[in-house]
Amino acid sequence: MEFLYAITIGPFVQIAQDPQFFLEVLVGGLLSGVLYSLVALGYVLIYKASGVFNYSQGILVLFAALTLVGLIEKGVPIWLAALLTILVTTAVAFAVERLVLRPLVNQAQIILFMATIGISFFLEGLGQIMWGANVRTLDLGLPSGPFIVGGVLIQKFDLVAAVTAGVLVTVLALFFQKTAVGRALRAVADDHQAALSVGIPLKQIWIIVWTVAGLVALVAGVMWGTNLGVQFSLALVALRALPVLILGGFTSVPGAIVGGLIVGAAEKVGEVYWGPALGGAIEDWIAYVLALIFLLFRPQGLFGERIIERV
Amino acid sequence: MTDPGSPRALGEVILAVDGISLAFGGVKALTDVSFDVREGEIRAIIGPNGAGKSSMLNCINGFYKPQRGTITYRGKSVHQMRSHDAAASGIARTFQNIALFKGMTTLDNIMTGRLLKMRTNFLLDAIYLGPAKREEMRNREFVERIIDFLEIQAIRRIPVGKLPYGLQKRVELGRALAAEPKLLLLDEPMAGMNTEEKEDMSRFILDVNDEFGTTIALIEHDMGVVMDISDRIVVLDYGRKIADGVPDEVRRNQGVIEAYLGVAHA
Amino acid sequence: MLYREAGQFKTNYAADQAILPIAQDRAVMALILLVAYVVVPLVGNDYWLNTILVPFLVYALTALGLNLLTGYAGQVSLGTGGFMAVGAFSAYKLSTAFPGLNIVLVFAVSGVIAALVGVIFGLPSLRIKGFYLAVATLASQFFLIWLFNRVPWFNNYSSSGVITAPPRAVFGNIFVTGTEAHPLEKYLFALTIVIFLTLAAKNMVRTSTGRSWMAIRDMDIAAQIIGIRPLRTKLLAFAVSSFYCGVAGALWAFVYTGSVEPLAFDIDRSFQILFMIIIGGLGSILGSFLGAAFIILLPILLINVPDMLGLHIDVTTVTNLQFMIFGALIVFFLIVEPNGLARLWQIGKEKLRLWPFPY
Repeated sequence: MEFLYAITIGPFVQIAQDPQFFLEVLVGGLLSGVLYSLVALGYVLIYKASGVFNYSQGILVLFAALTLVGLIEKGVPIWLAALLTILVTTAVAFAVERLVLRPLVNQAQIILFMATIGISFFLEGLGQIMWGANVRTLDLGLPSGPFIVGGVLIQKFDLVAAVTAGVLVTVLALFFQKTAVGRALRAVADDHQAALSVGIPLKQIWIIVWTVAGLVALVAGVMWGTNLGVQFSLALVALRALPVLILGGFTSVPGAIVGGLIVGAAEKVGEVYWGPALGGAIEDWIAYVLALIFLLFRPQGLFGERIIERV
Repeated sequence: MTDPGSPRALGEVILAVDGISLAFGGVKALTDVSFDVREGEIRAIIGPNGAGKSSMLNCINGFYKPQRGTITYRGKSVHQMRSHDAAASGIARTFQNIALFKGMTTLDNIMTGRLLKMRTNFLLDAIYLGPAKREEMRNREFVERIIDFLEIQAIRRIPVGKLPYGLQKRVELGRALAAEPKLLLLDEPMAGMNTEEKEDMSRFILDVNDEFGTTIALIEHDMGVVMDISDRIVVLDYGRKIADGVPDEVRRNQGVIEAYLGVAHA
Repeated sequence: MLYREAGQFKTNYAADQAILPIAQDRAVMALILLVAYVVVPLVGNDYWLNTILVPFLVYALTALGLNLLTGYAGQVSLGTGGFMAVGAFSAYKLSTAFPGLNIVLVFAVSGVIAALVGVIFGLPSLRIKGFYLAVATLASQFFLIWLFNRVPWFNNYSSSGVITAPPRAVFGNIFVTGTEAHPLEKYLFALTIVIFLTLAAKNMVRTSTGRSWMAIRDMDIAAQIIGIRPLRTKLLAFAVSSFYCGVAGALWAFVYTGSVEPLAFDIDRSFQILFMIIIGGLGSILGSFLGAAFIILLPILLINVPDMLGLHIDVTTVTNLQFMIFGALIVFFLIVEPNGLARLWQIGKEKLRLWPFPY
């Protein structure tokens, strides 16, 4: 009886009793959701350009962070390190596309998904051999520490992350909508053959996509790396991006943001208010159950395109 | 060959569609189409590309659900057919783009056509010896008769994905026949075939109709074939019926000629 | 020349549809069974039995279960670990609550419980397919592992969260679980279970059950139109597959490791089994065994071969090399031979049929 109360009415009573705290938790959740969004963004970009969910994007985030840290440790100035990192991630992404995705171009999505899991394992092993498995700290002088807004406690870092994400998304949205290159990218995402037939240079477009994805990976890598330390559990982040993409839709940039926010908020709020009754650590599965529910009722996500089957 | 001018003695109406309208969003695939099919006849459905012929077949066997109209099959009227009901009550079909199970052999594909006639469950299957084995053998024998009929013995064990197009179409016919259908819907069974293959396929269709008494509704573009083998023809254009009758009548129908050849602008 | 079928005529359909229609295949199978049941007990040492053969059997059984669901029925699942856990923990609760219950019965019931859970988590498969279904199965994977971690009832309120299999015997006092069990008995016990379940799987796959699954896999729309009921067929696949994975999980906990915690069945395990069937061959019973053998033997090769050649590679590098080789092989097989080792094996047999002629 107590248990039933604890999972149905109890949490709401708690929220009503201390709305300030709830707001804090909610904001904390939203802001951590921003980090998810940043990773999801990379996936959306690749998916829009190639129609493939590239699981190894997660590992790319890790590579970005590792390369950056490694270079900085060697004394390379930050701006140069960032530039080199983008080059490295672009090169890796390009290699993946050429060696793996190109030969598999006509296969079912699930085959491609499994192939990218394979790539992920390969890169993970390679990365561990190259850089070792130690956790490294990434300190780029980003602000940290809390501050209080309207009685609510917020971490400065989270705010910076949110602002960064916001700027990134706005730039990307403008890029896709307003520029000729952006238009070409959208054409490629829609139909490769049609795009080719109107003269869009596919290879160049793909290079641009991979570079942008590499940039996004770098930003995400920096954010996550500062937050968690640069370590290999970052690769698991890929798995977390999946529910975000399901919620937001695989092809939508705003969807990635909204999806990330929802997942982040749901995890934190769920953990704090429903967690104790259920034994804690609900964060492990709440995102996936949310995704499952979405898949049952709205498989294309909040912003994605409807899928129609033909025979 | 029957005299193309007069219909042969045909049975009762086995299928009647009445006022079928089907739309996908703004696209009207079918508008108020009505016709019937008599038992034992070969009914052709013809029309220019995009006329809605495949959509009509899809409504009959329950894959598309029309917004309006009724389908009366063997006396039972429904607003929308359910695919399982259609299959269970003796409607089988082939598809324009071949819907074979590419990962399975010819034999297995045709055996899947027998699924509704087979009664075992997975536990009996797992044990195999006893009821499951007996049923397998019984149905294997039936399927072998179809394989003989269609002359595809040599390709029994080949995965259908590896077969040439013409043979795949034949295997698909075999799968449809395996279900012992009362009504066979054929969607462009001769598409992409050369003259020889078309002759073979026509022969099979006529034999099925003659020997097993199966009623056949087929969509076909080859006018020679259509005029030769069908008892009656329905002509669709832009989702509407524009002609309905025996081959001679349809051949001379002005509307049909215009639909195919276009109207001359003076 | 060695492998020619010429002269072996089948005079009835039963012979034509036998599991091993070619005489040479039957001879090989008889040989394998002979080795498995007679030779190994005579020459096998405990190390081989415990660290190679028993895990091979357990992995093969799980791979078989997943192959039925993913390779034959086309329903991708990343929840294999979760179902193994259901089997393991069900077996634990049953055998501790009913100590007199025969261990084979315990395993069977655990399998059924896993099957029921599989059906529940398989319900989404009617509306979701392919890649999205894989994501949906992640929900079952993470939820189940969380459940066994967090709800103390499952591990009988032990403080460590680890469950230890109680000693149980078959046929009187031949112990197959617990500290009194000898590796040889464990091996023979697991071997017999796996052989029975493999035979059942092979039978299912070559009859209507298997054909319905493959039809759904190849083109579920056409399958529906010829009268197959998609939901029933898919749920049956989930049920049977989860049964196999559940029994395998119980075997893992009771016969292989003796004690287990939920972590042993986490998402990495699910990926590992998936890799086994990709490398071994989707939609192939033989493939499940080949894939399992490969994944068990690879680390051993990686450790021992460099040693034999005089190079010394440390353990962490070996693990990382393993990751790299797995990953590269997954990609290789998906691109070059999606039907995996089993297909390569078949091609080998074709060549053997013609040998010494080239074609």
